Amino acid sequence: MTTDEIKELKLKANEIRTLSIKMIYNAQSGHPGGSLSSADILATLYFKIMNVDPKNPEWEKRDRFVLSKGHASAAYYAVLAMKGYFSMDELCTFRKMGSRLQGHPTIHVPGVDMTTGSLGQGFSTAVGMAIASKIDNADYSVYTLIGDGESEEGIVWEAAMSAAHNKLDNLISILDRNSYQLDGSTESIISLGNMEDKFRAFNWDVITIDGHDILQIIYALEKAKKRNGKPKMIIANTVKGKGVSFMENTHEFHGKAPNKEQYEKAIKELEQERERILKEGSL
Amino acid sequence: MMESQRIAYGEAISELGTDKRIVVLDADLSSSTHTIMFSKKYPERFFNMGIQEQNEVGVAAGLARSGKIVFASSFAVFIVGRAYDVIRQSIAYTGLNVKIVATHAGLTVGEDGATHQMLEDIGIMSGLPNFRVIAPADAPETKRVIKKIAYSDGPFYVRLSREKVPTLLSDYDFEIGKGIVINEGEDVTIISTGITLSISIDAMNQLKEKGIYASVIHMPTLKPIDRDLIIKFARKTKKLITVEEHSIYNGLGSRVAEVLAESEQASLRRVAVMDKFGESGPGWALLEKYGVNSKRIVEISEEMVR
Repeated sequence: MTTDEIKELKLKANEIRTLSIKMIYNAQSGHPGGSLSSADILATLYFKIMNVDPKNPEWEKRDRFVLSKGHASAAYYAVLAMKGYFSMDELCTFRKMGSRLQGHPTIHVPGVDMTTGSLGQGFSTAVGMAIASKIDNADYSVYTLIGDGESEEGIVWEAAMSAAHNKLDNLISILDRNSYQLDGSTESIISLGNMEDKFRAFNWDVITIDGHDILQIIYALEKAKKRNGKPKMIIANTVKGKGVSFMENTHEFHGKAPNKEQYEKAIKELEQERERILKEGSL
Repeated sequence: MMESQRIAYGEAISELGTDKRIVVLDADLSSSTHTIMFSKKYPERFFNMGIQEQNEVGVAAGLARSGKIVFASSFAVFIVGRAYDVIRQSIAYTGLNVKIVATHAGLTVGEDGATHQMLEDIGIMSGLPNFRVIAPADAPETKRVIKKIAYSDGPFYVRLSREKVPTLLSDYDFEIGKGIVINEGEDVTIISTGITLSISIDAMNQLKEKGIYASVIHMPTLKPIDRDLIIKFARKTKKLITVEEHSIYNGLGSRVAEVLAESEQASLRRVAVMDKFGESGPGWALLEKYGVNSKRIVEISEEMVR
């Protein structure tokens, strides 16, 4: 891993954030907070880790990805367009009538492996995909990104139990632990407590990382490829709204679009961040 | 001859199992639903999900998205009731190739009582776009239904009974969306779905002795419903009676009423469970008690004809 590669991934994450804000502003609806918190993870998955072919989105041997926290659709569509699954121009149709880019992702969008939006279900369907891979003796991994608020759903724990029981070591899950949900902080709404202990008690391999540190994300995802009979959970500690100062660490922008003034400020901050990344040293 | 729809289901999927795309899921009821028959033959493609209907349906969706033909089973009350949102979002909306085969539908669950007696499922499942809903009358038809839907792409809901039921349709073909004319009479048409066909035929025979000639139609597919056949018999007899082991709301009777309201004038009466929960008791006796019986059909027919 070279410094240039890290820098490239940071720029990709910055682009995901910028596109997400533009799409949500353009649609005047969407979920900025959880899109921004997951940008570094999505950039690393799509531009470093996953074995996929945008020219052949249904390629049988591809790695699968399920965005279980489907409300981060803006970030998801952004990374798919950047990867070349469809044109960047289509992003401006996000959440508009007649668009493929529905408020929450559907399998009708090239590159989307599962329709999501009702929380917890994507995680469960990812278990199904991992079982299918085992039945077929296939090599591909199934990646899924779940939210921390999402983990309040009972189906998450049903799926967690069944993934361990079926020894799905090809299931690699990332928890976007941004600590906020629609109504407030997760711990004020309903205490999630120690998620590492919880998943470990369910017999998962668990690692906790800084979800905005590209090197740590890569390290954890590479380590998770090990086939040892256990499903993998990467708890990524993140900042809700990461990258836009007034969206950070608040539930206010969980599901709210910025107004014009806020939009301009957000874009300016993200541009400044881009400049900063570009100035970072390279080899 | 009395035969079990559940065993017919177990046999059908076991015969289909030579196709490696077939995967079967259950939620700790495999000895009751008889998916256990498949599990013994193809353990590598059977998954007992434990008592987790929501996850069972989610996993079914993930398997189907990976090219599998998935049969997911449990009791009707649990798989429809507990997993409804997962069925809606991950199966109906996606249109994925999952066949939900629910056993223990209706009052004939018997002694387990109202908690286990699903009477709303036809309505709930028919409301979901992309779903087709089927209630076979007996064991041989169950087998034909299962084999047909395995190779008809997309979601299906199949409703089966716990009780053994009289074998009536050994010689009839099953076609999705088509009703079956069991008898043609001029005075009244009895339309039944699922296991109440035997009750309807009993009523037809009793009516014959009273000089009333009834047509009997079995309607295995609740959605899409056979409009043409309903209209044809509405024109022919002008009087229709629906019979079902389901709530009076949103079942066969409601479907037929919709067709009539939009097309043909005919009088309609419905035999079903009257907006009530069931109770413990022997299955067929409960149908008697709750008014889904041949006596009731005969009474109504006489009222309508005379």
